Formats: sequence, C-alpha cells, structure tokens
Amino acid sequence: MPVRARDTDWEGVRLHVVTGKGGTGKTTVAGALALALASSGGRVLLMEVEGRQGIAQLFDSPPLPYEERKVAVAPGSPVTPGGDVYALAADPESALVDYLAMYYNLRHAGRTLTRLGIVDFATTIAPGLRDVLLTGKAVEATRRKSRGRRLYDAVVMDAPPTGRISRFLNTAGEVSGLAKVGPIRSHADTVQSVIRSPQTAVHFVAVLEEMPVQETLDGIAELRGLAQGGLQLGAVMINMVRPTGLTDDQLAAAARGDLDRHELDLGLKTAGIEGTQGPDGSSDVAGALAAELGEHATQMLGQREYRRVLTGAGQPCYDLPLITDGMDLAGLYRLAAALQEQGAA
Amino acid sequence: MSEETPTPPRLDTDRLLDDPRTRIIVCCGSGGVGKTTTAAALGLRAAERGRHVVVLTVDPARRLAQSMGLSGLDNTPRPVPLPDARGDGTLHAMMLDMKRTFDEIVEAHADPDRAEQILVNPFYQSLSSSFAGTQEYMAMEKLGQLRRTDQWDLIVVDTPPSRSALDFLDAPQRLSRFLDGRLIKLLTAPTRASGRAYLKVVNAGFGVFTGIVTKIIGAQVLRDVQTFVAAFDTMFGGFRERAEDTYRLLQTPGTAFVVVATPEPDALREASYFVERLSEDRMPLAGLILNRVHRSPAARLSAARSLAAAEALLPAGAEQAQSAGANGGGAPLAEATKYPLVVAALRLHAERMQLIAVERRLAQHFTAAHPGVPVARVAAQPEDVHDLAALRVIGAALGHD
Repeated sequence: MPVRARDTDWEGVRLHVVTGKGGTGKTTVAGALALALASSGGRVLLMEVEGRQGIAQLFDSPPLPYEERKVAVAPGSPVTPGGDVYALAADPESALVDYLAMYYNLRHAGRTLTRLGIVDFATTIAPGLRDVLLTGKAVEATRRKSRGRRLYDAVVMDAPPTGRISRFLNTAGEVSGLAKVGPIRSHADTVQSVIRSPQTAVHFVAVLEEMPVQETLDGIAELRGLAQGGLQLGAVMINMVRPTGLTDDQLAAAARGDLDRHELDLGLKTAGIEGTQGPDGSSDVAGALAAELGEHATQMLGQREYRRVLTGAGQPCYDLPLITDGMDLAGLYRLAAALQEQGAA
Repeated sequence: MSEETPTPPRLDTDRLLDDPRTRIIVCCGSGGVGKTTTAAALGLRAAERGRHVVVLTVDPARRLAQSMGLSGLDNTPRPVPLPDARGDGTLHAMMLDMKRTFDEIVEAHADPDRAEQILVNPFYQSLSSSFAGTQEYMAMEKLGQLRRTDQWDLIVVDTPPSRSALDFLDAPQRLSRFLDGRLIKLLTAPTRASGRAYLKVVNAGFGVFTGIVTKIIGAQVLRDVQTFVAAFDTMFGGFRERAEDTYRLLQTPGTAFVVVATPEPDALREASYFVERLSEDRMPLAGLILNRVHRSPAARLSAARSLAAAEALLPAGAEQAQSAGANGGGAPLAEATKYPLVVAALRLHAERMQLIAVERRLAQHFTAAHPGVPVARVAAQPEDVHDLAALRVIGAALGHD
C-alpha cells in the first residue's frame, strides 16, 4: 500500500459528528470513519449517545457499558501500524454522574441521585440538559490529556438523526432559553466553544433516495444557519452506492424498456443459460433479466439526479459502496478503506 | 440444510381494513422503514374501499405530504380528493403540530388568565416544544380527540420517529407521570409546604436535592418550574386521566397495531422488540408489514450460476481488471467481452439473488422468534412515492391484488 502523499480533507478536525436520517447507516459510517482515522496509527474514540448499543452490534461485541473500551484495531500500512478504536456508549444519566464527579467532586451524591430517579428527573425538566451532557462528554474526551498529550487523536460521535441534529448541537442556545445564568449555562458555553470551532466538523450520511437526500439538504441548510457561530459543516457521505456495469446508452435504453433482446438471447445462450422460448423467439430468462435491468436503470438514473442535488449542496462528497453480502467487520474495513482513499481520513 | 424454515401466516390487510370493527390502526417501527408511507397507503386503500378515514401523520416527507394534498402543519384534518374512488369512502389527512396541540389543551382546560400565564412560561415552552415525550404524548392526545369526535370510522396513525420504537408506548405515561409525579411535587413543596409528603421530603434530604438541582440547572430554572407547576396544578389530573384513557383505547379490540420494518437487521430487531412489548402490554397486534422486499422475475437462476455464466463470457483475468471502479461506466467491460450487456445483467441478477437470500434469512429469523405473527410483504419500488397512484400500488400490494 503506498504512503499517502496528500493531506486528508479534515486536517485539524478532532471531533467528527456524524448524523443522518434513520436507515441510512449512520452508525456503520461512523464506525468506518473511526477505523479510517485510526489507520494512520492514532487512538480514536467512537461514541454513541442514543442508548441503542449500535456500536456493540457493529463490532460484534457484548453491550458496552459507560466505559471506554477498545473494540477494534485499525488496519495499518507497512510503514505505520494501525491504531486503536475505543468505543463508549454514553447515556445522559451516566454523563451527569460523570459531570458531577468531574466538576463538583460529587460522584457519590451523583450515584445516590441516580438511584432515587432524580437524575432522570433533572434531565427531563431541562431537555437541553441531556444534550449538553452528551456533547459535553464528547468535548471532554476530545480535550482529555494523558501525560501531557492528547489521549485521543480523534473522537467520532454517532450523533442523533438529521431531524434533531441542529438542536442537539445548539446546546448553548437551547439551555439559554432555560438557564440564563448558572453552572449548567457556563458548562454549555464551554461545550459550545469547542463545537463551534475548527476542531469540530458535522458530517451527513445520506443514501441516494428522495427522503434522505431531502433531509440532508434541510439539515445542511439548518446548520448553515448556525455556521455564523463557527459551526463547521463536514462531508456528505453517500452510503450504499451501487456500481452500474452499464453505459449511459444502455441505461437509457433499459429504462425505456428497449434493450437489445437479441444480444441478451445470444449472450445467455453462449454462457450456457437456456430458458423457455416465448412466441417472439426470446427466452423467458432474457425477458426477466431485461426487466431487472430496467428497474436497475430507473433506479440508477434517479440516483444520478439525487447525486447531482447532493453535490450541489457544496460540501465534499464521499462514496461508500453497498455491502451486499451482509454487513460485518470485513465490510466495515472495506468502508474504512473507501473513506481513506477518498481523503476523508 | 436440514433446518426447518417457518412460514408465517399471511397478514391480510384488506380484511383488516374492510372489517368495520377496526377503528384505529397504529403503524409503528424504527425510523426510515416507510411507516408514514404505509400509513398513507393503508388509509387510501381503506377509503377507496368505502371507509371514512383520517390519516394522522407526524412528520411526512414533503412529497408524500404533497401526494395527499397536505401543504403545511396546521393540525386540522384536510380532505384528500379521491377522483377514482369507488363507493362513498372519504379520506382526510393531517399533520400533527405538537406545540399547537399542547397549547390547545391548556387553552381548553384552564381559565384565560391562567392559560396565558402557562403559555408564556419558559419552562412550559421548552416542555411543549422539545420534551422527549411530548410528541408521542400529543400524538396520543390527538388520536384520542379524533376518536371522540366520531367523525371517522377509521383512524390510521403513524408514530413519531422516536429514538427507539418503544418510546411511543412509554412516553405518554412518562409525561403524565412526570407532570403528576412525586418528584415535581417535592420540587415545588416549599410553595405548598403542608402534609406528610413534605415531611418525608425533609427526611430524604430535600435541601441536598434542591441544592444539587440548583447546582446543575440553576435557580432560575427551578423558579420557572415552580411557577409553572403552581399554574398547571389543576390540570395534572386531567392529563393523567387522558393518557390512561388513550392507553386503554389502544388495548381494545378495535385497535390494530401494525409493525413496519424493512428486511434489514436493525429494523427487524426493533420490530422484534416491539412485538414483544405489545404482547406484554396486551396491545392487539395485527402483524408485520415488511417493506422494500426484493424479488426477481428470474428466481430460478441462482446467484452462483449467474456469476459463473458472467465469468464464462469474459476472457480469463478480465474479472479483476474492471470490477473495481465504483462508477465503472461500462467501457472496460465493452472491451473485454462481446456481451457487455449480458455480463452486466448477470452480475446484477446475482447481486439481487444474494440480497434476496439475505433478506429471506432475516425474515426467517423474525418468524422463528415470533411464529404466530402474520406478515405482509411489499416489493421494493423502483421509485419513491410522489402521488396517490404510487400509494395505491403499495396498498394493492398489501392487499390481495
């Protein structure tokens, strides 16, 4: 493997926030990005915030506690060995206990409060509080030092879906509606200063379908509204991209439904596949394959249009191939490699 | 393999829609599985089969909303014109505005002065627009309202895109528990310091509690909450009652839960959780709708044979040479073989057969775990839903057509 000569597209970014519509593979892409970032030898933290245990499933490990655990070793190159990916499943309750312990030395009180259900209560009456605690945890991990150097070279956050991302990240704004002064407010402001800095980038995962594309555009527009405050938009990661083996002419013909049936018949016969011949002399297999090609072409042409729209949003786009044989670790490494090749890490 | 493959009973949606005893259909499932589309398709199908239907959606995609003639969030059922309807069925559709719904409850249940006081309270504003359970609660509240008007004989509701599908069942109770809860009373105890509850609080270290709450969220928030609770006090009971009513309504036989999923691991896992949870809560489950299932008109041609045939049409070594590029325009393929179209078609077919096999395995796992749950399948559509015609196709696929 050649050593990469150029820089990555996200030099200086240490907190990668990954969002996307449900069903687009947000967690998978976040995992692949973490692997890609770790492959140059660093230590990367992959963090989830929604209590779904998606990371554990992705890395085929038992459910993760509120604790940073090593889940994978990234593939390296002959020159640099691969780094490590750690994972953390964060939840607001544990994050609050953590916060009380870290900033007020109240670990014991925090645990008692959790047992009494008071933490749940506190995060409930101040909805912005949950988000501040979770983003706060990511920011803390990003800045954490050990023996004078950063503990993590990068933190990748599997963030809430596109529909909630701007509210999630705009924690200072959300909390300020509730708390105009006070400790949580100043904590929120600190968190905000990191999120709205060149150290943080927000990436969108999309697939080439109508709703995910629309939500991505809406999400980008919404975050651009926050960008004045320094929020940095990242890349659009187009997931589940399928290659087409057809030329443009063939795609157009297939979509119209007038493919060269003679060529199909002849080719299938040459390959030793015989079907039942219909009245027009063409085989039923050829007809079925032509129908599949037609559907494929319609889809591809639609996807091309969606891609044009996504590219038009002005953010860098990366393609992640569709893994057809079931998503597993091998598939994840393939996605990580694709991200790296395209300069994402 | 000798493993027995279970076949689930078939979910007959037409029978469900035609049965006049079916009064409410709740579509639930994880995000991105086509819940809203399914709700809309079921509603349209029922209306075209003669029922008076209202579809309550939470957050439809723009074009789906447009396909039903909805242009904005206005919290009112709007008639959807049905040019091709047979019989006298009607269809209405509405999008939920959770804040508006909450405001309306406040306006309806408090005197004007008190309502005004509540509506401007910052804590209320935050609660009504961003509390994690408010959307679910308001969807249930709206459902209860629609049911009480008795203007429609079928209500199809699509559930909010929750963090987890289960939130939908828990959130209404959670919100009402929260509003009516002991903790909020503890918190506001100083404003009505009397009775045994307050004494208990003192014993439990109330000072520590408020101290820490103040430390975390600040004294201002605590004051807002107290003001809110004082103004809201009389409405608490009503909230809990209505939440319980709606919850019981969902348990009646007139309700049918439809769990929506796609043949993908996450969606089916969530569907499994949901099926288990519905049974625990004694909620009537109609079945699983499996969306975007892939099929092939040439299913007899296996993936392996298809790939072997494609390879047979290529000279040795050509396979690796051109399989890499993600957007391979086909040019290298055309140079490598006399039959580029056939090679492409065979590969595509093999890919589809592999996908079908994966999907089938996932569906079988679900059925093995829940053998009694009826399943209906909807084939993957090559294009997104933009109009009533496309919704009709889905409804027909669900029915027997």
